[in-house]
Amino acid sequence: MAVDLTTRIGSLTLKNPVLTASGTFGYGEEFSDFIDLDRLGGFIIKGTTLHAREGNPYPRMAETPSGMLNAVGLQNKGIDYMIEHIYPRIKSAGSEIIVNVSGASPEDYAEVCRRIAERTDIKAVEINISCPNVKQGGMAFGTTTSGAAAVTRAVRAAFPGVVIVKLSPNVTDITEIARAAEAEGADAVSLINTLMGMAVDVERQRPCLSTVTGGLSGPAVRPVAVRMVWQTAKAVKIPVIGLGGIMDGRDALEFILAGASAVEIGTANFIDPQTTVKVIDYISDYCQRHGVDNVSDLVGVI
Amino acid sequence: MVKKTITDFTIKSSTRLSETYALLKLTPADGSEVTPAMPGQFVQVAVPDAPHTFLRRPISVNFIDRSDNTLWLLVRNAGEGTSRLCSLKAGEHLNIILPLGNGFSIPEAEGDFRRLLLVGGGVGVAPLLFLGQALAESGREPEFLLGARSRADLLELDEFERFGKVHLSTDDGSAGVHGVVTQHPVMHDPGISRIYCCGPAPMMKAVAAIAREREVECEVSLENMMACGLGACLCCVENTVRGNVCVCTEGPVFNIKQLTWQ
Ligand SMILES: Cc1cc2nc3c(=O)[nH]c(=O)nc-3n(C[C@H](O)[C@H](O)[C@H](O)COP(=O)(O)OP(=O)(O)OC[C@H]3O[C@@H](n4cnc5c(N)ncnc54)[C@H](O)[C@@H]3O)c2cc1C
Ligand SMILES: Cc1cc2nc3c(=O)[nH]c(=O)nc-3n(C[C@H](O)[C@H](O)[C@H](O)COP(=O)(O)O)c2cc1C
Ligand code: FES
Repeated sequence: MAVDLTTRIGSLTLKNPVLTASGTFGYGEEFSDFIDLDRLGGFIIKGTTLHAREGNPYPRMAETPSGMLNAVGLQNKGIDYMIEHIYPRIKSAGSEIIVNVSGASPEDYAEVCRRIAERTDIKAVEINISCPNVKQGGMAFGTTTSGAAAVTRAVRAAFPGVVIVKLSPNVTDITEIARAAEAEGADAVSLINTLMGMAVDVERQRPCLSTVTGGLSGPAVRPVAVRMVWQTAKAVKIPVIGLGGIMDGRDALEFILAGASAVEIGTANFIDPQTTVKVIDYISDYCQRHGVDNVSDLVGVI
Repeated sequence: MVKKTITDFTIKSSTRLSETYALLKLTPADGSEVTPAMPGQFVQVAVPDAPHTFLRRPISVNFIDRSDNTLWLLVRNAGEGTSRLCSLKAGEHLNIILPLGNGFSIPEAEGDFRRLLLVGGGVGVAPLLFLGQALAESGREPEFLLGARSRADLLELDEFERFGKVHLSTDDGSAGVHGVVTQHPVMHDPGISRIYCCGPAPMMKAVAAIAREREVECEVSLENMMACGLGACLCCVENTVRGNVCVCTEGPVFNIKQLTWQ
């Protein structure tokens, strides 16, 4: 019997629970030689801001034990460029496109979302209130309940589609931020964004990154991410999307069993560009093996 | 554009060229043809059994030998990942994504026999062998200027000699001109109309400075740190006259006019 992998996030129906994490999958096109994009539940494209950003100076990356630090700093050409030049190329990919949105003020976030609503058929946005790599805004909104609430409120008023709020792990209690987003009308939360970290080049006695600190991703963060997903899933009624260090199907199931309705694959795409489809196949096989008809029956069984 | 592939290769041979360098010759494990690549393009290698090597490692295409369907990688032991690559034995497997990046530009004009100088330092000689072959096959006469610390570190000399004249320089004077490549007279030869360069950043900057001064076309191949190699993560950027661009997709080869470093 075929396993039903259909996943609902608010009014959005995904053909399976596997998405890609923003900033690790480009605009999807970069991976089209390796996978059929239409197999994905959806793909979340690069962090997009109102105006173009050059990002941080090189070096922006340092490899760390079972992971990496990045300090890209939201390099992108701005929402208008995305809508005019990139969206036409990718809109027929056959999977849901979700735009990851960043801004320096609630109005910035709202304006980007308004343009997406007015000028594209994109049904969902992921609001990045958790980027550790930009000075203004970004993570600042994600570390206080009032900041998270203000951004969610502004976006909710500007965007009729599905609003996913992406949470920062760089807080004492992630559940209170999740509840603040839920209270302001978020349809879902996704977590975790990168953990703030730092690495030092001891020979040169200098930080490895131009920005000194950066965001840690990869399997090194996974136990922290699973724990936060588990806590958050118990604290809110809206769906939780889990990510952080998923390298294969088994890892994805940790998140699903801990309470994630869907998962995002990030850094793993760099090591194996086919990770996403392998995770989808694994989840399907797993369900069959465990006599589960519908993947949603596995969500939060722990 | 050639479709990128993820291929399992079998190591046909692994040869230590010196204390720090090894030449790996690989063939696809399933017997398929090596995916075509252009000179200057690179591959992303997953390093097996190296617990601290999380990301793939970018390595230049040193050569593709169609006669025995092998991809050649010239590897310098620079840390855990490359050390593991240098120690691999024939019969072992490597998972590789290829081809990546843009490659060197081959001059268009038919019958353009002006002299082309390919300058390499250290492991930077790697992409120049494949480029030398492509230039020679297109009827041009590449000349190589290869620099190393000492004679023992001069790599694949017999291979380079198949495609053109080889000039040498060594830091200790054990072969060719005593000193660095920019001290070699051929660098200053007015007959040279175009320079291709790959090597340590200070060397490329010095070569670029000469090319700029003499108004000679010059392309360099950069080795910025990479995570994905696919243009997805934006970690490998170089600041250019067009702003930050990805070295893995818009490079690794750049005309020096594009670069902001002097
Ligand atoms: C386009 C491109 C082509 C390359 N071609 C070749 C080649 O043909 N042969 C070859 O031997 N090497 C090549 N390199 C360099 C090679 O990728 C690095 O030496 C390798 O990644 C180091 O990995 P490691 O695990 O051995 O060392 P690590 O322990 O990770 O690092 C050792 C040292 O190497 C430096 N390093 C790490 N990653 C890179 C990198 N991506 N580029 C440059 N330095 C780095 C580190 O800063 C450190 O100082 C190329 C790099 C690029 C970007
Ligand atoms: C190079 C890089 C760039 C990223 N850019 C963004 C971004 O623009 N917006 C965002 O919300 N998260 C961004 N992230 C965070 C990831 O989407 C993800 O939350 C994080 O990497 C944890 O998942 P992982 O361990 O599976 O990679 C980025 C991560 C990396 C490694
Ligand atoms: S290494 Fe990821 S964009 Fe170049």
